[in-house]
Amino acid sequence: MTIADTRTNTFAQSAVLVADREVRMRLRSKAFIVSSAILLLAVIASIVAGSIFGASAASSVTRVAVVGDTQPFTQVASLDVTEADSVGDAEQLVRAGDVEAAIVPGDGPTGIRILALEEAPAALVQLLSATPEVSLLEPADQNGSLAYLVGLGFGIVFFMAATLFGTTIAQSVVEEKASRVVEILMSAISARALLAGKVIGNTILAFGQILLIAGAAIVGLVVTGQDALLSDLGPSIVWFVVFFAVGFVLLAALFASAAALVSRQEDIGSVTTPVMMLVMIPYFLIVFAWDNDLVLTIMSYVPFSAPIGMPMRIYLGTAEWWEPLLSLVVIIATTVVVVLLGSRIYSNSLLRTGARVKILDALRG
Amino acid sequence: MLQLDAVTKRFGDRTALDAVSFEVGDGRLTGFVGGNGAGKTTTMRIILGVLAADSGTVRLGGSVLGAADRRRFGYMPEERGLYAKMKVAEQLVYLARLHGLSRRDAEANAAELLERLGLAERADDTVESLSLGNQQRAQIAAALVHSPEVLILDEPFSGLDPMAVETVLGVLHDVAKRGAPVLFSSHQLDVVERLCDDVVVIANGQVRASGSRQKLQDDNAVRQFELLVSSDAAWVREMPGVTVLDFDGGYALFEADDDEAAQAVLRRAMQQGPVASFAPRHRSLAEIFTEVVK
Repeated sequence: MTIADTRTNTFAQSAVLVADREVRMRLRSKAFIVSSAILLLAVIASIVAGSIFGASAASSVTRVAVVGDTQPFTQVASLDVTEADSVGDAEQLVRAGDVEAAIVPGDGPTGIRILALEEAPAALVQLLSATPEVSLLEPADQNGSLAYLVGLGFGIVFFMAATLFGTTIAQSVVEEKASRVVEILMSAISARALLAGKVIGNTILAFGQILLIAGAAIVGLVVTGQDALLSDLGPSIVWFVVFFAVGFVLLAALFASAAALVSRQEDIGSVTTPVMMLVMIPYFLIVFAWDNDLVLTIMSYVPFSAPIGMPMRIYLGTAEWWEPLLSLVVIIATTVVVVLLGSRIYSNSLLRTGARVKILDALRG
Repeated sequence: MLQLDAVTKRFGDRTALDAVSFEVGDGRLTGFVGGNGAGKTTTMRIILGVLAADSGTVRLGGSVLGAADRRRFGYMPEERGLYAKMKVAEQLVYLARLHGLSRRDAEANAAELLERLGLAERADDTVESLSLGNQQRAQIAAALVHSPEVLILDEPFSGLDPMAVETVLGVLHDVAKRGAPVLFSSHQLDVVERLCDDVVVIANGQVRASGSRQKLQDDNAVRQFELLVSSDAAWVREMPGVTVLDFDGGYALFEADDDEAAQAVLRRAMQQGPVASFAPRHRSLAEIFTEVVK
């Protein structure tokens, strides 16, 4: 047998070994592969569905009969014009279903009248309505319903990744405590290196999954010809990735230290619920208050919601250039504090098996 | 040599270790005995750096232990455990690498150990699929896979089947033969007596006795003798300077005030008839232990 290598592991080497194991074991798990594949398929399916519905909406043409001067209407691409000699003829065409509606002379201010069976085609009514001139004093940069979807997108991705990988980290911490292997690990490397490796490994996994989804989304948008959306989203996606990286480390450290307090898989729920709340609240806020400037501004500075709030404000164009930087400083500072406290809780709780460890005891050591 | 000097540890108001000092010599098998809650596991965890002492030092070869030195320790915790879903060989390689070995050395060591422990065929099976006996062997391999220079084993024999006990004994001897200090705790005092060069006795967080097992037994020896003759031995009671402790026909267990009194008994016995046996009574470690920890 070879004599033990006198070269000793540095903190970084130990953490890399731990991270490497986390990643390899996770990639071997069928549940992980299947859930990732489902998520990926869902994203691709929604993009494809979006393109199909978008295409059918764009190609819709309304068949109309026109009495009188057909000239102004034949120019309109969305109208398929049939000439009718009289109002009576037009009415017959409508009743027979040859056209969806008829445009006949009328007495109102527009001078025309629409004949339809049960309901006038909304597109046609809109087309022929007189729209007052509008001057916006503070024009929104982005379309409202699209902005909602973007916010929802950021919210869902962050929420899913945080809960999925947060739970994974919590389970892997408790697995080591429950199987008692943690004492052997701690005799070889420091608890901090173990924690760091776990956080790094799962951050890599979470990031890999997000990149895969983002890649699929971008390719999907380009292939289906929806790439106009991309240029609008670009900067906010880049910031989302940056905030996600830091915010995920913050949550991962919280999940790991919370899980270290218990010794059985069944008890994970009770200790990770408060952390889960920190993930869910920003998600619900973005769903219900995505258009409230004040809420978004506060969200963009609170460390737990900044990964959703700040990219959203960047997309809406309501953030000054320095705001994401300031928020990033806030979230990094919080992460450092949480990681330090968390690694203390983690180190002090790992060897206490049985009953749940009180947080104050874990901090005191 | 591994030296503990006045190691003290408190958990809240309770003093778990009170100025614990002892040595584990190079190449010496040292048994660490004490009742439940006496402080054995806490002491071992402090040696391994898994727990921090409130005061006192642990030295190896004269210098205070650092994290780097501890990487070369082998440890088998009382609470057994490995990753249930990881393959045996893969897991051993992982643990060896955490101890600082290169991938190549780790793989070579793991393969060799598994071969020796008769687990080579199960190298690619997950730990949870092994029988209990084989899981115990894998656990032993985990403590040895990085060729440790110091070995600390907490209750290595508890829960082992007789074959595994022999395997562990063999391994402990080998490691000690290489010159490594070996410390192991055990409830099984007969095993400690059979195996150990040195003994440390701990009770209520205090070391009650430590040193060579032989010396411990000599120091705590009493002048007791056993006599077995073919005829009735009732006459022993009348001998001067002798107290009979147990008597049954031709058998007598007695305590003598001095060696001369004992010799007088032997001479008288030989005059009376054939003597089947006459010997100073050997006190077992268990007996000494009960006395020492009182």
